Amino acid sequence: MKGALKVEDAATLVPDGATVLIGGFMGVGSPHRMIAAIAALGVKGLTIVANDTAKPGLGIGKLISAGAVARVITSHIGLNPETQKKMIAGEIEVELVPQGRLVERIRAGGVGLGGVLTATGIGTEVETGKQLVEVDGRRFLVERPIRGDVALIGARQADYNGNLEYWLTAHNFNPIMAMAADTVIAEAEHIVPVGVIPPDAVKTPGVLVDHLIGRAA
Amino acid sequence: MNEVIVVTMDPKDLIARRVAQEIRPGMLVNLGIGLPSIVANYVPAERGVFFQAENGIIGLGARPPEGMEETDLTDAGGGFITAVPGAASIDSAMSFGLIRGGHLDMTVLGGLEVDERGYLANWMIPGKMVPGMGGAMDLVAGARSVVVAMQHLGRGVPKVVPFCTLPLTATRRVNLIVTDLAVIRPEDDGLHLLERAPGVSVETILASTSAKLHVSADVPEMMLH
Repeated sequence: MKGALKVEDAATLVPDGATVLIGGFMGVGSPHRMIAAIAALGVKGLTIVANDTAKPGLGIGKLISAGAVARVITSHIGLNPETQKKMIAGEIEVELVPQGRLVERIRAGGVGLGGVLTATGIGTEVETGKQLVEVDGRRFLVERPIRGDVALIGARQADYNGNLEYWLTAHNFNPIMAMAADTVIAEAEHIVPVGVIPPDAVKTPGVLVDHLIGRAA
Repeated sequence: MNEVIVVTMDPKDLIARRVAQEIRPGMLVNLGIGLPSIVANYVPAERGVFFQAENGIIGLGARPPEGMEETDLTDAGGGFITAVPGAASIDSAMSFGLIRGGHLDMTVLGGLEVDERGYLANWMIPGKMVPGMGGAMDLVAGARSVVVAMQHLGRGVPKVVPFCTLPLTATRRVNLIVTDLAVIRPEDDGLHLLERAPGVSVETILASTSAKLHVSADVPEMMLH
């Protein structure tokens, strides 16, 4: 862990064209200050990997509205009409991925696996162009791992070493994404001294976290 | 007595009440957003059922009291929820591990079309509605039992059809279809009409269904309790 950054400085770690993994589910558990800071910088051409694109004005929806996004790999855009509009207009390329497959592809990217075999989607549109393999008589689709240049993680608490704790339904993609990017930036609602988060409560070990966002001024 | 209930009951509540009867003590159940989520209202707490929301909780509870909502405690539709005693929060990999791994006893989902093979289409209408499949494909492919809860007609058009024309959610035969008119079970030889909604005739059901239905001599009314 390299210490706490101002959110404006952390946002500069996301260059044009970067692939960015962003935690959260409909904005729940998303790193909202980081997202807003990146949207304000005028970054272009990002590939966003996230469960959904939230809605206009909320979470990842701010990046969509700001025109920062060229491509989205996601399971759901249904609650963000702007994503749909930009997709139809050809301004954003959208790859729709079943949610369970999306999280496993990211997990594979983070834990050094060459891919995922899943039965989800066999015989549907998402099978198109995918390799099929048979294992013990069952058929599976071969899915490639996903990694990011940067992962933006939202947590309930962080300690000074970057250990992260999540609450309730705000875990979602966060602990998985924290393993799958070259640079991991975590934004926590509270930053507490080392020892306050008991070892058993740590879901993302601080060794995975490169930067913490400092508290809001 | 039944006639009185029919007149006063909303079709969605009727469907939810009937689906709730399929849920056995101790099951782990995932309810889709919209109509399926109403099913929880008809499952008594003493049945010991745990509801999963795929965004990351086992033991989803009712809405919280006004003003006491927690922003980190929501269902898969983003609505505020509570957690029942004994609940567990989990990440998305665990959540879908449960779904695909055979740990989820039942999922209840809405439908756009179900066909004579028992295949479900419920995630997109090309050119009109492309929201993304979210967790639906994993749920239908992975749950031990899939129950489709939907209105029998969509804007006057039958939704139980010979062959799905909309993109499929999975190539897996669903286990049961519950509508405001009927209960239908897909089997090897096609769709079987098991029950009629209170006061609804077999003729009405057949007229509202474009798929072929196997109909026995005596189709009982749903027993709503």
